[in-house]
Amino acid sequence: MQIRLNGKVREVAEGITVRRLLDELGLHPMRVAVQRNVDIIKRERYEEVVLQPGDTVEVLTFMAGG
Amino acid sequence: MRNGATLKFGGKEFHSRLIVGTGKYPDYHTMQKALEASGAELVTVAVRRVNLDRTQESLLDYIDLKRYTLLPNTAGCYTAEEAVKYSRLAREVGMSEMVKLEVIGDQRTLFPDNEELLRATRILVKEGFIVLPYTNDDPVMAKKLEDAGAAVVMPLGAPIGSGLGIRNPHNILFILQSVQVPVIVDAGVGTASDAAIAMELGCDGVLMNSGIAGAKDPVMMAEAMRKAVEAGRQAYLAGRIPKKLYATASTTMEGMIE
Repeated sequence: MQIRLNGKVREVAEGITVRRLLDELGLHPMRVAVQRNVDIIKRERYEEVVLQPGDTVEVLTFMAGG
Repeated sequence: MRNGATLKFGGKEFHSRLIVGTGKYPDYHTMQKALEASGAELVTVAVRRVNLDRTQESLLDYIDLKRYTLLPNTAGCYTAEEAVKYSRLAREVGMSEMVKLEVIGDQRTLFPDNEELLRATRILVKEGFIVLPYTNDDPVMAKKLEDAGAAVVMPLGAPIGSGLGIRNPHNILFILQSVQVPVIVDAGVGTASDAAIAMELGCDGVLMNSGIAGAKDPVMMAEAMRKAVEAGRQAYLAGRIPKKLYATASTTMEGMIE
Protein backbone atom coordinates (compact mmCIF):
# COMPACT_ATOMS: atom_id res chain seq x y z
CA MET A 1 0.00 0.00 0.00
CA GLN A 2 1.01 3.61 -0.41
CA ILE A 3 1.41 6.28 2.25
CA ARG A 4 2.75 9.80 2.04
CA LEU A 5 5.88 10.00 4.18
CA ASN A 6 7.50 13.39 4.80
CA GLY A 7 5.96 14.74 1.62
CA LYS A 8 6.85 11.80 -0.63
CA VAL A 9 4.84 8.78 -1.72
CA ARG A 10 6.22 5.58 -0.23
CA GLU A 11 5.33 1.92 -0.68
CA VAL A 12 4.96 0.05 2.63
CA ALA A 13 3.61 -3.34 3.72
CA GLU A 14 -0.11 -3.69 4.46
CA GLY A 15 -0.81 -3.46 8.18
CA ILE A 16 2.52 -1.84 9.03
CA THR A 17 2.71 -0.27 12.47
CA VAL A 18 4.43 3.02 13.25
CA ARG A 19 7.11 1.07 15.11
CA ARG A 20 7.81 -1.17 12.10
CA LEU A 21 7.99 1.84 9.81
CA LEU A 22 10.58 3.50 12.06
CA ASP A 23 12.57 0.25 12.17
CA GLU A 24 12.55 0.06 8.37
CA LEU A 25 13.75 3.65 8.19
CA GLY A 26 16.50 2.91 10.69
CA LEU A 27 15.20 5.55 13.09
CA HIS A 28 15.45 5.40 16.85
CA PRO A 29 11.97 5.87 18.34
CA MET A 30 13.41 7.94 21.20
CA ARG A 31 14.64 10.62 18.84
CA VAL A 32 11.58 11.34 16.73
CA ALA A 33 8.01 12.59 16.82
CA VAL A 34 5.39 11.09 14.54
CA GLN A 35 2.32 12.80 13.18
CA ARG A 36 -0.28 10.74 11.33
CA ASN A 37 -2.73 12.82 9.30
CA VAL A 38 -3.48 15.50 11.89
CA ASP A 39 -2.71 13.63 15.11
CA ILE A 40 0.54 13.28 16.99
CA ILE A 41 1.12 9.62 17.86
CA LYS A 42 2.48 9.22 21.36
CA ARG A 43 5.61 7.08 21.61
CA GLU A 44 3.93 4.43 23.77
CA ARG A 45 1.42 3.79 20.96
CA TYR A 46 3.94 3.17 18.14
CA GLU A 47 3.53 -0.61 18.42
CA GLU A 48 -0.24 -0.59 18.21
CA VAL A 49 -0.99 2.11 15.62
CA VAL A 50 -1.50 0.47 12.22
CA LEU A 51 -1.11 2.71 9.18
CA GLN A 52 -3.85 2.84 6.55
CA PRO A 53 -3.47 3.28 2.79
CA GLY A 54 -3.27 6.97 1.91
CA ASP A 55 -2.14 8.07 5.40
CA THR A 56 0.00 11.17 5.57
CA VAL A 57 2.84 10.49 7.97
CA GLU A 58 5.38 13.02 9.18
CA VAL A 59 8.46 11.92 11.09
CA LEU A 60 10.25 14.79 12.76
CA THR A 61 13.34 15.25 14.85
CA PHE A 62 15.61 17.97 16.22
CA MET A 63 17.66 19.77 13.60
CA ALA A 64 20.01 22.74 13.75
CA GLY A 65 18.25 25.97 14.66
CA GLY A 66 18.47 29.19 16.62
CA MET B 1 15.67 38.21 42.33
CA ARG B 2 17.84 39.58 39.51
CA ASN B 3 20.86 39.37 41.80
CA GLY B 4 20.84 35.57 42.02
CA ALA B 5 24.00 33.62 41.25
CA THR B 6 22.23 31.36 38.77
CA LEU B 7 19.57 31.60 36.06
CA LYS B 8 16.39 30.02 37.40
CA PHE B 9 13.03 29.44 35.75
CA GLY B 10 10.42 26.71 35.45
CA GLY B 11 11.98 24.77 38.30
CA LYS B 12 15.32 24.57 36.47
CA GLU B 13 18.64 26.16 37.30
CA PHE B 14 21.50 27.07 35.00
CA HIS B 15 24.96 28.38 35.86
CA SER B 16 25.61 29.80 32.41
CA ARG B 17 23.61 32.85 31.37
CA LEU B 18 24.45 32.36 27.72
CA ILE B 19 22.05 30.32 25.61
CA VAL B 20 23.25 29.42 22.13
CA GLY B 21 21.68 28.16 18.93
CA THR B 22 22.83 25.28 16.76
CA GLY B 23 21.98 26.76 13.34
CA LYS B 24 24.12 28.10 10.53
CA TYR B 25 27.50 26.64 11.53
CA PRO B 26 29.86 25.68 8.69
CA ASP B 27 29.75 22.07 10.01
CA TYR B 28 28.72 20.08 13.09
CA HIS B 29 32.28 19.70 14.32
CA THR B 30 32.72 23.50 14.51
CA MET B 31 29.34 23.75 16.22
CA GLN B 32 30.39 21.20 18.81
CA LYS B 33 33.60 23.11 19.56
CA ALA B 34 31.73 26.42 19.72
CA LEU B 35 29.12 25.05 22.14
CA GLU B 36 31.94 23.89 24.35
CA ALA B 37 33.74 27.26 24.20
CA SER B 38 30.52 29.15 24.95
CA GLY B 39 30.05 27.36 28.25
CA ALA B 40 26.31 27.24 27.50
CA GLU B 41 24.13 24.64 29.18
CA LEU B 42 21.02 25.37 27.17
CA VAL B 43 21.10 25.03 23.39
CA THR B 44 18.30 25.71 20.94
CA VAL B 45 17.21 23.30 18.22
CA ALA B 46 14.49 23.29 15.58
CA VAL B 47 11.87 20.62 14.86
CA ARG B 48 12.03 19.47 11.24
CA ARG B 49 11.39 16.42 9.07
CA VAL B 50 14.01 13.69 9.59
CA ASN B 51 16.39 13.23 6.77
CA LEU B 52 15.47 9.88 5.25
CA ASP B 53 18.74 9.91 3.36
CA ARG B 54 20.85 8.18 6.01
CA THR B 55 24.12 9.28 4.46
CA GLN B 56 23.72 12.63 6.22
CA GLU B 57 24.88 13.05 9.78
CA SER B 58 22.44 13.84 12.56
CA LEU B 59 22.72 16.94 14.75
CA LEU B 60 22.03 14.88 17.86
CA ASP B 61 25.19 12.83 17.29
CA TYR B 62 27.12 16.01 18.03
CA ILE B 63 25.34 17.16 21.17
CA ASP B 64 26.14 15.45 24.45
CA LEU B 65 22.74 15.28 26.13
CA LYS B 66 24.31 14.65 29.52
CA ARG B 67 25.96 18.05 29.26
CA TYR B 68 23.44 20.18 27.38
CA THR B 69 19.74 20.74 27.81
CA LEU B 70 17.89 21.12 24.53
CA LEU B 71 15.56 24.05 24.05
CA PRO B 72 13.38 23.39 20.99
CA ASN B 73 12.10 26.39 19.07
CA THR B 74 9.05 27.04 16.93
CA ALA B 75 10.99 28.92 14.26
CA GLY B 76 9.10 29.42 11.04
CA CYS B 77 5.65 29.41 12.65
CA TYR B 78 3.29 32.24 11.69
CA THR B 79 0.18 31.37 13.71
CA ALA B 80 -0.51 30.34 17.30
CA GLU B 81 -1.93 27.01 16.07
CA GLU B 82 1.21 26.20 14.12
CA ALA B 83 3.47 27.15 17.04
CA VAL B 84 1.39 25.04 19.43
CA LYS B 85 1.61 22.07 17.04
CA TYR B 86 5.38 22.37 16.78
CA SER B 87 5.70 22.70 20.56
CA ARG B 88 3.75 19.48 21.04
CA LEU B 89 5.91 17.71 18.45
CA ALA B 90 9.03 19.02 20.20
CA ARG B 91 7.77 17.66 23.50
CA GLU B 92 7.30 14.26 21.85
CA VAL B 93 10.85 14.20 20.51
CA GLY B 94 12.58 15.65 23.52
CA MET B 95 10.51 14.67 26.52
CA SER B 96 11.11 18.22 27.69
CA GLU B 97 8.44 20.72 28.54
CA MET B 98 10.52 23.71 27.54
CA VAL B 99 9.89 25.63 24.35
CA LYS B 100 11.38 28.74 22.83
CA LEU B 101 8.16 30.13 21.45
CA GLU B 102 8.43 32.08 18.21
CA VAL B 103 5.41 33.26 16.28
CA ILE B 104 6.63 35.38 13.41
CA GLY B 105 4.51 38.19 11.99
CA ASP B 106 6.66 39.56 9.21
CA GLN B 107 9.01 37.77 6.84
CA ARG B 108 11.43 40.63 6.25
CA THR B 109 12.07 41.70 9.84
CA LEU B 110 11.09 38.40 11.51
CA PHE B 111 9.38 40.51 14.14
CA PRO B 112 6.98 38.55 16.32
CA ASP B 113 3.22 38.60 15.93
CA ASN B 114 2.54 39.46 19.56
CA GLU B 115 -1.19 38.79 19.43
CA GLU B 116 -0.59 35.22 18.24
CA LEU B 117 2.38 34.86 20.59
CA LEU B 118 0.24 35.69 23.61
CA ARG B 119 -2.49 33.32 22.46
CA ALA B 120 0.02 30.48 21.95
CA THR B 121 1.61 31.19 25.35
CA ARG B 122 -1.77 30.85 27.10
CA ILE B 123 -2.52 27.52 25.37
CA LEU B 124 0.92 26.05 26.05
CA VAL B 125 1.05 27.15 29.69
CA LYS B 126 -2.30 25.43 30.21
CA GLU B 127 -0.75 22.25 28.73
CA GLY B 128 2.12 22.38 31.20
CA PHE B 129 4.83 23.77 28.95
CA ILE B 130 7.65 25.97 30.24
CA VAL B 131 7.28 28.79 27.75
CA LEU B 132 10.14 31.09 26.72
CA PRO B 133 8.56 33.58 24.32
CA TYR B 134 10.58 35.61 21.83
CA THR B 135 9.00 39.07 21.81
CA ASN B 136 9.51 42.73 20.90
CA ASP B 137 11.34 45.07 23.25
CA ASP B 138 7.97 46.19 24.56
CA PRO B 139 7.42 46.37 28.35
CA VAL B 140 3.62 46.20 28.02
CA MET B 141 3.82 43.00 26.00
CA ALA B 142 6.42 41.57 28.36
CA LYS B 143 4.03 42.08 31.28
CA LYS B 144 1.17 40.44 29.38
CA LEU B 145 3.36 37.42 28.65
CA GLU B 146 4.36 37.16 32.28
CA ASP B 147 0.70 37.36 33.33
CA ALA B 148 -0.08 34.61 30.82
CA GLY B 149 2.39 32.35 32.63
CA ALA B 150 5.56 32.66 30.54
CA ALA B 151 8.57 31.35 32.48
CA VAL B 152 10.83 34.11 31.11
CA VAL B 153 10.45 36.89 28.55
CA MET B 154 12.88 37.18 25.66
CA PRO B 155 12.85 40.61 24.04
CA LEU B 156 14.83 41.11 20.86
CA GLY B 157 17.82 43.44 20.88
CA ALA B 158 17.51 43.87 17.12
CA PRO B 159 16.09 41.76 14.25
CA ILE B 160 17.14 38.09 14.20
CA GLY B 161 20.51 37.62 12.50
CA SER B 162 21.02 41.38 12.02
CA GLY B 163 23.94 41.77 14.42
CA LEU B 164 22.78 45.32 15.16
CA GLY B 165 23.13 44.99 18.92
CA ILE B 166 20.80 46.38 21.59
CA ARG B 167 18.93 49.05 19.60
CA ASN B 168 16.84 50.31 22.48
CA PRO B 169 18.51 49.79 25.85
CA HIS B 170 15.89 52.00 27.53
CA ASN B 171 13.11 49.62 26.55
CA ILE B 172 15.10 46.69 27.90
CA LEU B 173 15.40 48.61 31.19
CA PHE B 174 11.64 49.23 31.22
CA ILE B 175 11.05 45.51 30.67
CA LEU B 176 13.39 44.67 33.56
CA GLN B 177 11.24 46.91 35.74
CA SER B 178 7.90 45.68 34.47
CA VAL B 179 8.32 41.92 35.02
CA GLN B 180 9.54 39.64 37.81
CA VAL B 181 10.46 36.66 35.60
CA PRO B 182 13.95 36.44 34.06
CA VAL B 183 14.59 38.66 31.04
CA ILE B 184 16.75 37.12 28.31
CA VAL B 185 17.77 39.20 25.32
CA ASP B 186 17.14 37.06 22.26
CA ALA B 187 18.34 38.14 18.82
CA GLY B 188 20.42 40.97 17.46
CA VAL B 189 23.72 40.37 19.25
CA GLY B 190 26.57 40.87 16.78
CA THR B 191 29.68 41.00 18.90
CA ALA B 192 30.90 40.67 22.47
CA SER B 193 30.11 44.24 23.56
CA ASP B 194 26.44 43.77 22.56
CA ALA B 195 26.19 40.82 24.93
CA ALA B 196 27.99 42.74 27.67
CA ILE B 197 25.57 45.68 27.27
CA ALA B 198 22.56 43.39 27.69
CA MET B 199 24.05 41.97 30.86
CA GLU B 200 25.16 45.36 32.22
CA LEU B 201 21.56 46.55 31.90
CA GLY B 202 20.63 43.79 34.34
CA CYS B 203 19.30 41.13 31.98
CA ASP B 204 19.30 37.59 33.29
CA GLY B 205 20.73 36.07 30.14
CA VAL B 206 21.42 36.38 26.43
CA LEU B 207 20.43 34.02 23.63
CA MET B 208 22.32 34.10 20.35
CA ASN B 209 23.06 32.07 17.28
CA SER B 210 24.17 34.02 14.20
CA GLY B 211 26.60 36.20 16.17
CA ILE B 212 28.64 33.09 16.94
CA ALA B 213 27.89 30.76 14.03
CA GLY B 214 28.43 33.46 11.41
CA ALA B 215 31.72 34.78 12.82
CA LYS B 216 34.92 34.16 10.88
CA ASP B 217 36.07 31.99 13.78
CA PRO B 218 32.93 30.72 15.55
CA VAL B 219 34.82 28.90 18.29
CA MET B 220 36.81 31.99 19.26
CA MET B 221 33.67 34.15 19.11
CA ALA B 222 31.85 31.67 21.37
CA GLU B 223 34.57 32.11 23.95
CA ALA B 224 34.41 35.91 23.57
CA MET B 225 30.64 35.79 24.13
CA ARG B 226 31.06 33.67 27.25
CA LYS B 227 33.50 36.20 28.68
CA ALA B 228 31.30 39.15 27.65
CA VAL B 229 28.24 37.68 29.36
CA GLU B 230 30.26 37.00 32.50
CA ALA B 231 31.93 40.42 32.45
CA GLY B 232 28.63 42.22 31.82
CA ARG B 233 26.99 40.32 34.65
CA GLN B 234 29.82 41.14 37.05
CA ALA B 235 29.76 44.82 36.06
CA TYR B 236 26.00 44.89 36.72
CA LEU B 237 26.43 43.31 40.15
CA ALA B 238 29.43 45.49 40.97
CA GLY B 239 27.41 48.64 40.24
CA ARG B 240 28.80 51.09 37.73
CA ILE B 241 29.74 54.71 38.53
CA PRO B 242 27.23 57.39 37.54
CA LYS B 243 27.81 59.13 34.21
CA LYS B 244 28.94 62.79 34.53
CA LEU B 245 29.66 65.44 31.95
CA TYR B 246 32.92 66.78 33.42
CA ALA B 247 36.09 65.16 34.68
CA THR B 248 36.81 64.10 38.25
CA ALA B 249 40.51 63.62 38.94
CA SER B 250 41.55 60.17 40.07
CA THR B 251 44.68 61.55 41.66
CA THR B 252 44.60 63.99 44.56
CA MET B 253 46.25 67.42 44.30
CA GLU B 254 47.50 67.03 47.84
CA GLY B 255 51.27 66.65 48.20
CA MET B 256 52.18 68.51 45.03
CA ILE B 257 55.17 70.87 45.31
CA GLU B 258 54.37 74.58 45.50
